[in-house]
Amino acid sequence: MLEIKGVYKTFNRGTINEKRALSDLNLHLNEGDFVTVIGGNGAGKSTMLNVIAGVFPVDCGQIIIDGQDLTKLSEHKRAKHLGRVFQDPMTGTAADMQIVENLALASRRGKHRTLMPGVRSKEKNIYREMLQSLDLGLETRLTSKVGLLSGGQRQAITLLMATLKKPKLLLLDEHTAALDPKTAHKVLELTEEIVAKDKLTTIMITHNMKDAISIGNRLIMMNDGHIIYDVSGEEKKKLTTADLLEKFKTTSGGELDNDRMLLSND
Amino acid sequence: MCIAGGHFVRLLHFLEEKMNLLASFINIFNPAAFVASLPGAVAQGIIWGIMAVGVYITYRILDIADLTVDGSLGTGGAVLVLCVTSGMNIYLALLLAFIAGCLAGLATGIFHTCFGIPPILAGILTQLSLYSINLRILGGKANVALSVDRYDLLVTLRYIPKTILICSIFAVVIIAVLYWFFGTEVGHSLRATGSNRNMARANGINTNVNSIIALVLSNGLVALAGGLLSQYQGFADVNMGRGAIVIGLAAVIIGEVIFGKIFRNFALKLLAAVLGGVIYYIAITFVLRLGLNSNDLKLFTAIVVALFLGVPFWKSMAASRKIRKPDEKTTGGAENA
Repeated sequence: MLEIKGVYKTFNRGTINEKRALSDLNLHLNEGDFVTVIGGNGAGKSTMLNVIAGVFPVDCGQIIIDGQDLTKLSEHKRAKHLGRVFQDPMTGTAADMQIVENLALASRRGKHRTLMPGVRSKEKNIYREMLQSLDLGLETRLTSKVGLLSGGQRQAITLLMATLKKPKLLLLDEHTAALDPKTAHKVLELTEEIVAKDKLTTIMITHNMKDAISIGNRLIMMNDGHIIYDVSGEEKKKLTTADLLEKFKTTSGGELDNDRMLLSND
Repeated sequence: MCIAGGHFVRLLHFLEEKMNLLASFINIFNPAAFVASLPGAVAQGIIWGIMAVGVYITYRILDIADLTVDGSLGTGGAVLVLCVTSGMNIYLALLLAFIAGCLAGLATGIFHTCFGIPPILAGILTQLSLYSINLRILGGKANVALSVDRYDLLVTLRYIPKTILICSIFAVVIIAVLYWFFGTEVGHSLRATGSNRNMARANGINTNVNSIIALVLSNGLVALAGGLLSQYQGFADVNMGRGAIVIGLAAVIIGEVIFGKIFRNFALKLLAAVLGGVIYYIAITFVLRLGLNSNDLKLFTAIVVALFLGVPFWKSMAASRKIRKPDEKTTGGAENA
């Protein structure tokens, strides 16, 4: 369903800060795949999600979803197919708008926006039930400004927004990294629940190797702008963190340099 | 004792000085004249308040300080005078003034989104070009009169009560329309664009188009206010918009500072901007009556706006520096022991 073919991306070309972020990146995802992505600092994990989402254009290569070539489409046009949750809880929601307004905005992703009311009264009940299922006490605060909420609450709402209108592909960019362990756990549980319920095709970047192994049906490891290890099914379930570190050493010829990854042993 | 006596004499001198100052102040300040000039201040305040509603759209909703308004206010005034003096219906002339302002906003929007120019600079470019355009609209003259005796004007400083009534109706209708618009799907996407561009794009919103819509709408309203203003004062002047952005910001900020705590609804927030304009003009009338040289007015306005903008910043600085004292209950170790 997702096809990334030979994508290259270099930042600050021709300057002293030139950085090749993606180099011959190839990836094929099947319908319903839940892929976790790990890799060192600057391996190109976030850049991969950003080129899928169209935050910046690629130097060459193709990005295809369900047979449609998205490579030249602008970010807001691709949004029709994508649900996105970001590392920074502030990025995914509009702080100056109400919870219900944020949800209503997200529910119209990919639709033509008209001069009809931005939130219809029927919608409010649906959103209230959804918020109730989050169990964060938000169902009574429908008209609160999102800026008043905590990072975890905002991230949970962003997750709802990303999946409210079922996306073809869900992109999660270390979406629990900025949260405290307890909240991170809760948001991760919620993620698994939603992905399982809607059978969403998902790419999740994580710095937690245990999560990367236990969640999803497929794991990819990135280094130097491309994929160096791709494992799925039974083989993935049997992995241990020691295996991953060893695998990294043998395929990349160096130590895994993601400090956060090495420090998170929970 | 002797020292204390010296202090007392000095205090008396001080008081005497202050009393003299107060006396001279009362001589200059004529309360009756101030009250008599209040209706005019209110009328002008509402017109500038409508302009401030336009500024609110860019400054508060889109989160851009758009300097186009210094030009588009004059464009509105010039277009209205041109249309009315050539025999056009006054409402149609106001509509054309609005549209002319929309085009000015469109220019800034295109500079900003298609040329990648930062919004403040994009506004300055349009503002500068509008100076030439406004001169052309006025037929090369810097100032063109619009006599209420010869033309059927809606508002004029000759009939202030009627002016206040009509401008209030304009303000209320504009606020009602904007309240509806910002509650629609398009309005929501515009607000999202101003609040968080990344989030807006991730949800399929074209932030460039929305920025342009906001700039167009804002400058349309500013030009409409310019059209009302040129009727009110009986002429259009190529310099009538100079410093308009500062007056608009003053109205928005004064409105927020005074009514921010009680006006939570969006329509009331827009109303606060209009009332901010009225309060600004009453304050200006007051300081002019106190003897402020009218040439110094723009300096005075700029200082007032700088202070009002600074207060929230200083407040937040002070709040972040304040160290909370530990709660007394948690430090009651001795009693527990």
